[in-house]
Amino acid sequence: MKFWIGMAVTVALAAGLALSRTNEYFFYAGFVVLQFVVLATAWNILGGYAGYVNFGTAAFFGIGAYTAVVLFKAAGAPLALQILAAAAISGLLGFGTGLLTLRLRGIFFSIATVAVIFIMETAMVNWRYVGGATGMQLLRPPVMEPFESYTRMLFVAMAILAVIAVSIARYIEVSWIGRGLRAIRDSEEAAECFGVPTLKLKLFACTVSGALMGAAGAAMPMYMSFIEPPSSFSLTYSVSALAMPMIGGTSHWLGPVIGAVLLGSVQQIVTVTISNEINVLVVGVLLVVFVVAAPDGVLGLLKKLRWLLRSSR
Amino acid sequence: MSKHFGGFSALSEVSLEVAAGERFGLIGPNGSGKTTLINCVSGALRNEAGSIVFRGEEISRLAAYQRTRRGIARSFQIPRPFHSMSVLENLVVPLGYVVGLNDTDAHAEAVRILKTIGLADKAQTPSNRLSQVELRKLELARAMAARPRLLISDEAMAGLAGNEVDEVLKILFDLNATGITIIMIEHIMQAVMRFSQRVICLDAGRIICEGAPAEIVKNPEVQKAYLGA
Repeated sequence: MKFWIGMAVTVALAAGLALSRTNEYFFYAGFVVLQFVVLATAWNILGGYAGYVNFGTAAFFGIGAYTAVVLFKAAGAPLALQILAAAAISGLLGFGTGLLTLRLRGIFFSIATVAVIFIMETAMVNWRYVGGATGMQLLRPPVMEPFESYTRMLFVAMAILAVIAVSIARYIEVSWIGRGLRAIRDSEEAAECFGVPTLKLKLFACTVSGALMGAAGAAMPMYMSFIEPPSSFSLTYSVSALAMPMIGGTSHWLGPVIGAVLLGSVQQIVTVTISNEINVLVVGVLLVVFVVAAPDGVLGLLKKLRWLLRSSR
Repeated sequence: MSKHFGGFSALSEVSLEVAAGERFGLIGPNGSGKTTLINCVSGALRNEAGSIVFRGEEISRLAAYQRTRRGIARSFQIPRPFHSMSVLENLVVPLGYVVGLNDTDAHAEAVRILKTIGLADKAQTPSNRLSQVELRKLELARAMAARPRLLISDEAMAGLAGNEVDEVLKILFDLNATGITIIMIEHIMQAVMRFSQRVICLDAGRIICEGAPAEIVKNPEVQKAYLGA
């Protein structure tokens, strides 16, 4: 119950802010942070719960973005429809990728997912309809009532998506699916021998994860008013989506949220105050620090702290 | 059945039958194909030639989890607990996925199994903090939780002290008394001899001898290949 109140408050807060006189930049930056909440949460469903490290986030994100663009260009579809369609297409891509790669384990799986990015990017570069290598300028449609600007509307849409993503992740985590995924992460052979249909569960996780990543990508073209292959399929998405759960903690749905808000905000602040190049460095440095000093992330640190406090009492 | 790894044939035309409710021993030197054989039966590996029939059904094309649902459970030679979970939760996995119990029932049933196996006081302990004996017991408890008709025990006693071996043996005898067929792979000869009604000795992927425990130890081929006479 507490969880659902929290989720409702989050959406209400986002909508309230969007209707208030808050500075436009807040929504511009907040959109990116929320987008990373979705990406990190989506990544964690396969990478955190099942232990399958996916480097292909950018592929799903990019395909989501391009699906939105195609629908927009062909039919002038509204944002909600773009997002839904992007989720469906990226979910399909997740299912297909999973079918081909999930029999691979460990590093081999990760390498295969990197390949998906290049395949998808190459396909888009060669597709004239969506602008090919040079990309395409997009004209935003008029904003819906009661929003004052399109960015504010995108911000609220992304907040809703984040809430949906977190709810799905939490459901998977506490359900029998989550227990099966954890069994896979601990020992795939033992899991299979004790009744867990490992391939089915991994496929499910990969599909849901891909769909959410695609949904996050769908809002990107309208946000930028532009689309091009290199930035849509940028490896930065893959790295961030992996780094954020690692920093926040992978075993609980709150981990990726903490990681995304923390790292996402720091990145935005660094971009404005120092430079855009340094913000990539921040991700790298923080990731190294956490992997070495706190392999279980912020949540792991908190757990340890609570344990210390209790035992010192 | 037969099983090859590249040019190496781990099992060549091994054929055997185990009766329902039997206590069956599998011995042989290291690398003779014992674990490969039970990996093929449990579904961790696929046999290339031949067939595996369980309760009248051909199962050699089924995935491992489907075989477990039909009643085949195993313990691992090197314990493979779900290390991020508590001892109790380790049992809840098969109780949920194989037996199909809901969480409340699964927890109650897991506690009951842990009591019979003597791990009840460790129920909430993270499974990565267990001792070697406890890990072996967890392996068996988890296998019991899958409610098997056939339990394959892969060196459940390796590295245990004398009284601990007796403890594990007693558990296996008790399980057998409830009607569960047991295939035991073991290097501790006294244990296999005491436990099994019938024993097969494998060497280099072939069955070299089959019979009652007393006959097996007298067989010259077994003595040469395995007992070091």
